[in-house]
Amino acid sequence: MKDVVQVTGEVIATRRVGAYHHLTLVAPGVAELARPGQFVALAVGGDTSSTLLRRCFSLHKVSPSGAYGGTLDIVIAAKGPGTQWLSTLRAHDEVDVVAPLGRPFPIPSEPVACVLVGGGYGSAPLFWLAAVLRTKGCHVEMVLGAASEDRLFGVVEARRSADGVTVTTDDGSAGVKGWVSDVLPEIITRTHAAVVYGCGPMGMLRSITEVATAHGAVAQVAVEESMACGVGVCMTCVMPITGNDGQTRMVRSCVEGPVFRGDRVRWEAFTDGVCRVPADAVGAAKPAAQGGH
Amino acid sequence: MADLTTRLGGLTLPNPVMTASGCAANGRELQRFFDLTELGAFVTKTVMSDPRSGRPTPRMAETPSGMLNSIGLQGPGITAFLAKDLTWLHSIGARVLVSIAGNTAVEFAHVASDLAAHPAFDCVVGVEVNISCPNVANRGLVFACDPASSSKVVALVREELPRDTPIFAKLTPDVTDIVAIADASVRSGATGLTMINTLLGVVIDTDRMRPQLAGITGGLSGPAIRPVAVRAIWQCATAMSEGRVDRVPIIGVGGVRTGEDALELIAAGASAIQVGTATFNDPHAPLRVRDQLDAALDERGLSLADAVGLAHERKVQL
Repeated sequence: MKDVVQVTGEVIATRRVGAYHHLTLVAPGVAELARPGQFVALAVGGDTSSTLLRRCFSLHKVSPSGAYGGTLDIVIAAKGPGTQWLSTLRAHDEVDVVAPLGRPFPIPSEPVACVLVGGGYGSAPLFWLAAVLRTKGCHVEMVLGAASEDRLFGVVEARRSADGVTVTTDDGSAGVKGWVSDVLPEIITRTHAAVVYGCGPMGMLRSITEVATAHGAVAQVAVEESMACGVGVCMTCVMPITGNDGQTRMVRSCVEGPVFRGDRVRWEAFTDGVCRVPADAVGAAKPAAQGGH
Repeated sequence: MADLTTRLGGLTLPNPVMTASGCAANGRELQRFFDLTELGAFVTKTVMSDPRSGRPTPRMAETPSGMLNSIGLQGPGITAFLAKDLTWLHSIGARVLVSIAGNTAVEFAHVASDLAAHPAFDCVVGVEVNISCPNVANRGLVFACDPASSSKVVALVREELPRDTPIFAKLTPDVTDIVAIADASVRSGATGLTMINTLLGVVIDTDRMRPQLAGITGGLSGPAIRPVAVRAIWQCATAMSEGRVDRVPIIGVGGVRTGEDALELIAAGASAIQVGTATFNDPHAPLRVRDQLDAALDERGLSLADAVGLAHERKVQL
């Protein structure tokens, strides 16, 4: 059975949410297959676009049926030519959709307490995840953090989706002034959380992992790495992940991720906007053997 | 339905459309979208002797109608490739063109030898020799930039493969005279040429004011380079028709996004074409291009064989 579809999606709703754009697309066949943590790869600029690479977004939510057929929702930040094009779409415009892609968030088999942490619009997939976790009997707390209030996404929705919500902003314009990692220890301790789910910038995911590990919880993080294809053929979105055998490999975040156990990510490899290949990674280049495309 | 059958020397394929090496991984990912046996051939990601983790990230920069990549030939190594990837491609009945490389000419030969000895080798319709990678023994200069290095690789690979296995030398356009490299490859036993590989480029990130790729340089691909591919094919096809290079089939690759793009490369002299970067934009691109090419040939009342090199016959005499 097919586990992914490529369809021409039709925009049925767009709205501004703070600093972001929220799009609803009719995309038949996606909702039935999708689970929280998976993503969608959109072509941008139309059939003759000079912008060839797909843009990948977490699925915010999906709906298998409705007046228009199956729909999916995404949240975008218009910061480059592709996302700017997407932000100009209007109702009935078309966009090519490939989805669902990647591995979803693993769901605990027992009704344990979970903390869901979203940085900026990284919170987009967490409300749907919260709903799934609550149907399994899990206690769900959410932490939403951003630089400033306009960069938070889904605070109202979080109050409906979770048993407790904490907001942090760097500038104190909403909630607690500070970072999500400042409030996370107390929440894990109070709820005896077994799992911390995270989605947002890499630096935040690293600190979530460190806090979760220090407090006896498992971190499950959805990573951000730029992708050209989203389907596993281009090899651009790799990052160093330690496998069950203890060996580190440069693995594709689009097909083996985007969700990884936080303690399996070699965070120290990420510095200054670059991810280096750890010297102990399988097949790490010897100085004399580099190069080639 | 136009007759899409193509002959590449002793090799006959039901249609001329292939994936391009490094743009389709080793097959399983695209099989989720379409049946790989529908392709003329599936071209694998370049495999070398040992596992390689590739380069740091960022490995990719988007450019107008294209992209720059610096993957660094990440791959599992020939042993794992044969056990997992080629065996799987064999099991689904794909026709496979295996892309091989080495840090030295001898490494190319070892990879070819392991390939030929494997039970799944009977799904291999040819070997593409990726000589557009650095030669460790020659200060990292790309093999395909030097006729003697190109010659040596092709000759050593030829010795390791059965006589009836086609060998395609994949050429880089980043040379002064691509015809000289083509000639050296053909004289050394290449039964065909694949052209072109990517062009070397650099993108500067103007926010950070530094190169965008961690590896600094990358290979430029996509529709932006299609005229360069057409030019390289044109020059080599011309040299063949003038008797300066022995006549061998050409596989065209570079910037093909539509059936009419493919037809350009074919009219310039390619008997088959590969779809590369367009697959990142549209995972169905290889099959879509095949069907669009079929329609484009029908509209012109041509078979594929009629169209190969047709632009040479029709050029305006001045």
